[in-house]
Amino acid sequence: MENFNVYAVRLLPKGEYIAPGHRACQGCAEVLAVRLVGKALGRNTVIACATGCMEIISSPLPTTSWRVPWIHVAFENAAAVASGVEAGLKVLMRKGRIPKKKINVLAMAGDGGTSDIGLQALSGALERGHNMIYVCYDNEAYMNTGIQRSSSTPFGAATTTSPAGKVKPGQVTWKKNMPEIAVAHNIPYVATACPSYPFDLMEKVKKAAEVEGPAYIHILSVCPTGWRLAPDLAIRAGRLAVETGIFPLYEVENGKYSLSVEIPKRRPVEDYLKIQGRFRHLTPDLIQKIQEHVDKKYNNLLAKVRFSEEMS
Amino acid sequence: MPKRVGMEVSIAASEAVRLANVDAIAAYPITPQTHIVEHLSEFVANGELDAEFIPVESEHSAMSVCCGTSAAGARTFTCTSSQGLALMSEIVFIASAMQLPIVMILANRSLSGPLSIWNDHTDVMLVRDCGWIQCFGENGQEIFDLTLCAFKIAEDHRVILPFIVNMDGFILSHVIEPVELLDQETVDKFLPVYKPVYRLDPDNPVTMGAFAMPDLYTETKKAQDERLKASKPVIEEIWKEFGDLTGRYYSPIETYKAEGAKTLFVTMGGFSETASTAVDMMREEGEPVGLCKIRLWRPFPFEDFWKAVKGVDTLIVIDRATSYGGPGGPVASELRSALYTWEDAPKVVDFIAGLAGRDVAPGDYKKMYQRAQQRIASGDIAGYEIYGVRE
Ligand SMILES: Cc1ncc(C[n+]2csc(CCOP(=O)(O)OP(=O)(O)O)c2C)c(N)n1
Ligand code: SF4
Ligand SMILES: [Mg+2]
Repeated sequence: MENFNVYAVRLLPKGEYIAPGHRACQGCAEVLAVRLVGKALGRNTVIACATGCMEIISSPLPTTSWRVPWIHVAFENAAAVASGVEAGLKVLMRKGRIPKKKINVLAMAGDGGTSDIGLQALSGALERGHNMIYVCYDNEAYMNTGIQRSSSTPFGAATTTSPAGKVKPGQVTWKKNMPEIAVAHNIPYVATACPSYPFDLMEKVKKAAEVEGPAYIHILSVCPTGWRLAPDLAIRAGRLAVETGIFPLYEVENGKYSLSVEIPKRRPVEDYLKIQGRFRHLTPDLIQKIQEHVDKKYNNLLAKVRFSEEMS
Repeated sequence: MPKRVGMEVSIAASEAVRLANVDAIAAYPITPQTHIVEHLSEFVANGELDAEFIPVESEHSAMSVCCGTSAAGARTFTCTSSQGLALMSEIVFIASAMQLPIVMILANRSLSGPLSIWNDHTDVMLVRDCGWIQCFGENGQEIFDLTLCAFKIAEDHRVILPFIVNMDGFILSHVIEPVELLDQETVDKFLPVYKPVYRLDPDNPVTMGAFAMPDLYTETKKAQDERLKASKPVIEEIWKEFGDLTGRYYSPIETYKAEGAKTLFVTMGGFSETASTAVDMMREEGEPVGLCKIRLWRPFPFEDFWKAVKGVDTLIVIDRATSYGGPGGPVASELRSALYTWEDAPKVVDFIAGLAGRDVAPGDYKKMYQRAQQRIASGDIAGYEIYGVRE
């Protein structure tokens, strides 16, 4: 991953699979992540997309932004639809009805479509072992329907269904650890990524495409609209999420954890929180509470990484 | 000539799916559909059917996987009942809007609550307006035949719509009946390999399942409605072709002893056989009764229905589902509206009967006939009566 902090447009594959002219908001890092995933996978890809921002911004009849075959069925079933596509392509190739070649099957959904309503279908697909990649674009709320909380919304964030009020500080639960849930399915590849680290992201997507069996990638996708953040700060916010240890970048290959980006000295979480309107109401003691939680979680992860190193 | 053999109707149904050489099956077990999935997974496990069997974690995923396999270009089958259909219903409506020619056998069962595994038609009425072609089989042979035809109709390029074959739970699914199967060669000629118009192909990328703004949604719905209606002549054509091949002809509406009848019972599915026995019995007693069986439920065969009931005084509809607080059972309500603009339309007397496995014997038809006469005499034929309630 030698190039992750080099800005080098020349190193990016030229292919674009989501066309310009889509309707995402200015500064949307979710659609940037979609673009990078497309570049990494190339044209021999079929996408099953869940309902959500990325579906709505890309497919108003009679137009489409998609340059690869793309199917949207509903909100909670991207994993099931993708597993059907994978099984369908497999059987047709086996029976000689379509040419044999490698086609990447990608399921994509938001954090709501993954960690809440789509969790069952995802678990089923991972357990059945389909050769597919599942990407969760995590913008930490139901953005498409107007910034409602999900189980992936972080503690303290104000959303329209977890507003910061006189007695409640916004979201009162800690963010669900989706990558760990994916790991628990004993699949060959799990990773976290963020479009603020584009080369790291693309390398991971390529790896996911190469493994036999299901791969899960959880992409933190900064949403300026929902996070109450200036659009030009989207990339910065993604880097701060990593540098504070709030969203560590790591891989779990066949159960072995490794850090993708080492942060020798983590920045205080406040650096990340203070630039976002959704955390505006947080008091110093709540920020301290978040800091302690992040420290604990980060150290847990480091322990897993160390354990993996010792075991190999 | 193939010979008739005694077999469980669920096995006959599975044989039809095997002979249709399906490419993909995704289903989740639920009584009384289970025997079909079990047999199909056995076929796949023994290499007697080269298909992907996807053992999903729910019916919602079963229908979602079917959308995926069908969109990839694979001939796709699923089956379910009751709660399973209710759980997958969200996707059932989408499958037809996306023109995915999935074939489903629905082993009809009541919906909870109270929980009951037994047969009636409340499950299919839940998805009455789902945009799938829907037909009812009356016996094992019909289930076998209609299932084979369903694939050919669904995949016909003039149609390209999903298809539900309704099979009454237990009273059909679990009984042993004489069924004449077809050999593979005959089936292959009748039902060639599926050739999708569109499929998810990187060399020819398409977008499936785009969303519509108000300026286009209505147009998509009109197109969908017209497509479903336009499937009727194709259904008849393919049923005729099947008849020429096997000697077994099917029509959207079928009558029995309707000639000279003043009253016709109207039934759908497995009840039609008992109803014919009841008609035989009552005819012998000199009552001018006959039977009108609805085989094709969607698209509804209006013309055939009008022809079948012309000149009749009374229709006694046996509804197998309730529309709580509504104007009648779902079938009677539809027939009433189909007849509304018709001069000299027959009176429609509606009985809701045979809910959740409650037996309706030939004698019960006679009682309903007598009760209908009373209701007509007292001018009380609006609405419906739930028949056979124990006091
Ligand atoms: C069964 C069902 N429930 C609710 C909705 C409404 N809905 C559509 S998208 C969405 C939220 C999407 O959130 P997420 O998955 O996080 O994607 P995002 O829009 O944030 O990218 C909701 C609640 C729906 N379409 N279907
Ligand atoms: S609401 Fe957020 S995720 Fe959705 S398009 Fe706008 S910036 Fe992107
Ligand atoms: Mg979201």
